[in-house]
Amino acid sequence: MKLNWNVNANGKEKSRIGARGTLKVFGLLMVVLLLMSGCAASEPAEKLYVYNWGDYIDENVLDEFETEFNVEVIYDTYATNEDLYVKLKQGGTPYDIAIPSDYMIEKMIREDLVEPIDLAQISNFTAIDDRFKDLDFDPGNKFSVPYMWGTVGIIYNTAMIDEEIDSWNALWDPKYEKQILMLDSQRDSIAVALKKLGYSINTKSLEELEAAKAALIEQKPLVLAYAGDNLKDMMIGGEAAIAFCWSGDAVYMISENEDLAYVIPKEGSNLWFDNIVIPKGAQNVEMAHKFIDFLSRPEIGQKNAEYIGYSTPNKETLALLDPEISGDKTAYPDDADLANLEVLLDLGDFIEAYNRVWTEVKSAR
Amino acid sequence: MSRWLQKSYLFLIFTFLYAPIAVLIVFSFNDSKSTSNWSGFSLRWYAELFQDDKILSALYYTLAIALISSLISTVMGTFAAFGLSQMRGRFKGFVLGVNNLPILNPDIVTGIALMSLFVFTGTRLGFMTMLMAHITFSTPYVILSVLPKFKQLSSEMLDAALDLGATPWYAFRKVILPEIMPGIITGFLMAFTLSIDDFVISFFTTGGGVSNLSIEIYSMARRGIKPEINALSTLMFLTVLLLLFVINRRSEKGAGVVLPKTDTLERM
Repeated sequence: MKLNWNVNANGKEKSRIGARGTLKVFGLLMVVLLLMSGCAASEPAEKLYVYNWGDYIDENVLDEFETEFNVEVIYDTYATNEDLYVKLKQGGTPYDIAIPSDYMIEKMIREDLVEPIDLAQISNFTAIDDRFKDLDFDPGNKFSVPYMWGTVGIIYNTAMIDEEIDSWNALWDPKYEKQILMLDSQRDSIAVALKKLGYSINTKSLEELEAAKAALIEQKPLVLAYAGDNLKDMMIGGEAAIAFCWSGDAVYMISENEDLAYVIPKEGSNLWFDNIVIPKGAQNVEMAHKFIDFLSRPEIGQKNAEYIGYSTPNKETLALLDPEISGDKTAYPDDADLANLEVLLDLGDFIEAYNRVWTEVKSAR
Repeated sequence: MSRWLQKSYLFLIFTFLYAPIAVLIVFSFNDSKSTSNWSGFSLRWYAELFQDDKILSALYYTLAIALISSLISTVMGTFAAFGLSQMRGRFKGFVLGVNNLPILNPDIVTGIALMSLFVFTGTRLGFMTMLMAHITFSTPYVILSVLPKFKQLSSEMLDAALDLGATPWYAFRKVILPEIMPGIITGFLMAFTLSIDDFVISFFTTGGGVSNLSIEIYSMARRGIKPEINALSTLMFLTVLLLLFVINRRSEKGAGVVLPKTDTLERM
């Protein structure tokens, strides 16, 4: 051994020892890390595969379900409805539960990607507010049970804006030049323009869509940025004065900056839902029903509503919530405000016209 | 004058490289969830990080996949490079071309292709499929970093070893391997980094509760990235820093490697 080491004990030797050292230190560290995080408990017999939005459940709820039903919950997350769709459409994943939004549920029902839900097994379905049942995207709730809901509205900084905002036109007001934020999200931004013009957010009329396009291009010089997730931070930090957003995010922004206010414009807006479904090909449909029923329990819904901060569709959960939360008009607006809200529907092939319009808006100068 | 220019240029480069990391580290100690408003010093995100099973399990899978896949692809890539170095003529060019193809291929194509393959063969998506995918995309990089070392190798070395009575395997271990070690290390580190980095291919090839950090972080996009991720990134950054420090110290002591000294060191 030793002899061989000396054979080429010249310049090359250095790099060898250095390299060896690197590997040893590196290997040791990895082993320690693997040992640290790899402690698994004994496995229960049954498994339930859940696919949900990132950070969209109080994880203690999953532990509770595991203990009560002696089942192992295997939990994955996704970022957009489209990601979820690709995964489910392609197959190869054994998910028993998923939580898509309204228009995606409609699309999945049409493409036969979801299992029917037996409402007789969901005893807590009665706790869900009738206003959120039997909606256009899933008549009779044959395939989905509401999980969370919310609205789209205007968030504005009262320290920077003196007047009372109540209309989408505020986002087109030259007074607020370079203080306006829009969302870099196709359907949502087009929906704002359509609503401002008094059209349906699900319009299939090219004429109306072109009008919306013209409005968005006209608005462009006033817009500070088409933001993504950073919209929240920009509004909290006072970098912009006015924007539109989802109600759940508005609750969070207002909690971070008291000057902010949220309003549902008088022209109407978008009402959205995330409902629980059982994807086609689920291995454990029976346990999936139990899980849906579990999530619909008033006290479980309370934990999730408090953790996530979005609005619960469960009226018994609502009664359990702190009056400060349930009385918050941002998350739980009056019935009157909900009257002229629309739910996004799947547009089928017409979505290509929306794609084109959005590209033209984004590339316009 | 030119010295001054040199220094300010260096300073600019380092600012661009490290300013984002500095911001990230500072805000990992922020008391609120925001990444723009400072509301006081706190260690709460570090405490929450170590209670967050999802992030810890993602960290575990990230490291496990990175370590196993880079080890396997380093072994495979090294032997492939050895074979390639013995080849001659047009066939070698062809094989090298085939090797370069996956590198030029966009990740999304590789990801969807692998997913389709796994689904087609009826393989359940999970740890094994993600591991195989990572081995697949890192092996070509290992080959590319080891191959030049074989080119530098003089063929007389091997012949001399064999003449002196070494068996081929012994000669490989004792003569060739030490010579090509820097290439292997580079390849291994490259494979490891690529594996930790990857989101697109991982997203399409995993399932069943196995997700890595990039999938976990990306899926937070809708609700906002948790500051726990800042805390985790800070810890990972410090670990790498410490590791580099230890390695530098060791090689300094071990073989008397002369490190390029900076001005300040000289003055000391």
